[in-house]
Amino acid sequence: MTFDVFAMQAFTGLSIFTILMLMALGLAIVFGLMGVINMAHGELMAMGAYVNFGTAVFFQTYAPGLMDIYVFVGLILAFIVTSLFGYALERGLIRFLYRRPLDTLLATWGLSLVLQQIFRQFISSKEVEVPTVSWLKGAWQVTEGIALPWSRLYIIVLAIVTAAVVYAILFKTRSGLRIRAVTQNRVMAGAAGINTTKVDAYTFAFGCGLAGIAGSSFTMLASTGPTTGQQYIVDTFIVVVFGGVESLLGTISSAFIIGQMQSWFEFNLSGSMARASILLLVIVVLYFRPNGLFAAKVRR
Amino acid sequence: MSRNQVSGSPGTGARAALASLRQNRSFLEKYSFVILCVLILVALPLTFDTFRLGLAAKFLSLGFCAVGIVLIWGYGGILSLGQGVFFGLGSYMMAMFLKLESTNSGSSAQALSSFFGSNLPDFMAWNSVEELPWWWEPFHSVWFTLPAIVLLPAVFAFILAYANFRKRVGGVYFSIITLALSAIMSIVIIGQQGVTGGVNGINDFRTFLGIDLDTDEVKRYMYFITCGLLLASVLIGRFILRSRLGKVLVAIRDREDRVRFSGYDPALFKAFIFAIAAVFSSIGGALFTIQVGLASPSLVSIVPSVEMVIYAAVGGRLSLVGAVYGAVLVGSAKTFFSENFVEYWMYFIGVLFIVVVMFLPDGLAGLLQRLQSRKSASGSTTETRLANESGGAK
Repeated sequence: MTFDVFAMQAFTGLSIFTILMLMALGLAIVFGLMGVINMAHGELMAMGAYVNFGTAVFFQTYAPGLMDIYVFVGLILAFIVTSLFGYALERGLIRFLYRRPLDTLLATWGLSLVLQQIFRQFISSKEVEVPTVSWLKGAWQVTEGIALPWSRLYIIVLAIVTAAVVYAILFKTRSGLRIRAVTQNRVMAGAAGINTTKVDAYTFAFGCGLAGIAGSSFTMLASTGPTTGQQYIVDTFIVVVFGGVESLLGTISSAFIIGQMQSWFEFNLSGSMARASILLLVIVVLYFRPNGLFAAKVRR
Repeated sequence: MSRNQVSGSPGTGARAALASLRQNRSFLEKYSFVILCVLILVALPLTFDTFRLGLAAKFLSLGFCAVGIVLIWGYGGILSLGQGVFFGLGSYMMAMFLKLESTNSGSSAQALSSFFGSNLPDFMAWNSVEELPWWWEPFHSVWFTLPAIVLLPAVFAFILAYANFRKRVGGVYFSIITLALSAIMSIVIIGQQGVTGGVNGINDFRTFLGIDLDTDEVKRYMYFITCGLLLASVLIGRFILRSRLGKVLVAIRDREDRVRFSGYDPALFKAFIFAIAAVFSSIGGALFTIQVGLASPSLVSIVPSVEMVIYAAVGGRLSLVGAVYGAVLVGSAKTFFSENFVEYWMYFIGVLFIVVVMFLPDGLAGLLQRLQSRKSASGSTTETRLANESGGAK
């Protein structure tokens, strides 16, 4: 294997890593911290992607001159829309089911089916694609044999920024402190004067907003269809469980490992077999480390 | 987090309420079992034509999965989102046997084999597979296939479940693992088109042990065989739940650590009931394939696997008979929607998931029971009323 091939494979792995990380960050908060199984998380990503698509169409018709910056507007709108939806979802459904995780799973699965059909009926039953922004076209030609697509580089940067922001919010702000307090010990947090139900709703909305960011950025790489979310959801859950829930760093590391594996397996096997063997490998690893690879050693 | 709180289970103090509930339940269950027998053994065969009866048989084969899900979810507290895997195992094993039989006999098959110069199943020839894979070989024999349909899923399910439960991987994590399993199975089947038939699945069978499957008479017989096996599995499930094993199982669902401290190995019990449910699903899958004439990855993947859970949830997660009703009702609703307005089916099933979980956690069986206990409370003994009130106050 030449150096060029090696470098390109490593870059593909890095790109898959950042995609998985973006997907998993929201779920790491909703599932990892709050313990809510939101099977509609994938559909929230699709929702973010559709918001981005809508923004693109709007800019194309009304402000073609500003097409170069629509991605940022789409990104922010996607965050706002999905987090508002997440807030409504928490207030309307999830909060009644906090003590019944398996029931939450089924109810949100039902919600995901409804959302899929809404996408299919009111947006498009076919896959939609957003126009590529001019500065994301093409690739960065590092050397003769190494070309790094700008769109993938953009997602890498975006993922790193998002992860840094999430880290900062969770560990450096008062709100983050409240979130961690409530998820670690709800009763004590309540006794200390924190409005736990409010924190729950905001945390959930924040996690959903991250799903929106992930979805909106994926439109740079792939088209969006009604069942897009369903294709993401298993991988996303696997990343979070593999890394060990309750650990943000674990989620990121597991996204890195799975991303690299995916890239190397796909190089040697067919795409579908690569996915299947990674899922199988994760199940085997979970057998040896039931709490995930990077779980904190806590006695409970 | 790992403990599944089954809502609607009575408070610990209301022992009288529990006793009255149990009385109601045994009465209701006996009654509903007889109704079910009459319905599927007498009423449906008399009123339905062969086509409708075939549809009913299809739903009833899915009912096997629902009965299994009641056992593992309702009484074991294990939510499996991978029953499609076991359904698929049975379905594909039966399909492999039927495919080999119809490849080696029949005139059109011989024409095909002379055309391709080999006597492989047609889809293998199309994918230019040279020889039969070794794991297809044993399925030439019916005496291998039929036991394998029962034993293979049982062994696989037991090992999988025991390994995980012994490591105390439970609750939601186990659900996600089963979800990943069904994803793996459908990915592999679709990816390995040459040996599995890919997206199209395995289809086009004509005979089973020389019996033509396409005649009305045989279809009718197959319907009754399906009913018989399904009712038998309901009875087996009831037998298991009434035995000491069933009591330990419920105890594990409610307080696993206490059962462990009492000297039991919860993993063994949970793995056992998981294996039983897997066998039921596999038998259902095999019957499905014989009657529908198809083994398809679309019945293995995540969506149908989760859909099977709603069958059990609609009927009532604590009612074995209810599971059969649930499978038939949801299945008929699906047919009704796809015949009339396809686009609303997803809304219907989606809302059904939410409504059942939020408002009917014990499904139709729970609803019936609630109505009945209200009736008896207003009319009969004060004891029941008191019990109900104390139960309600909890």
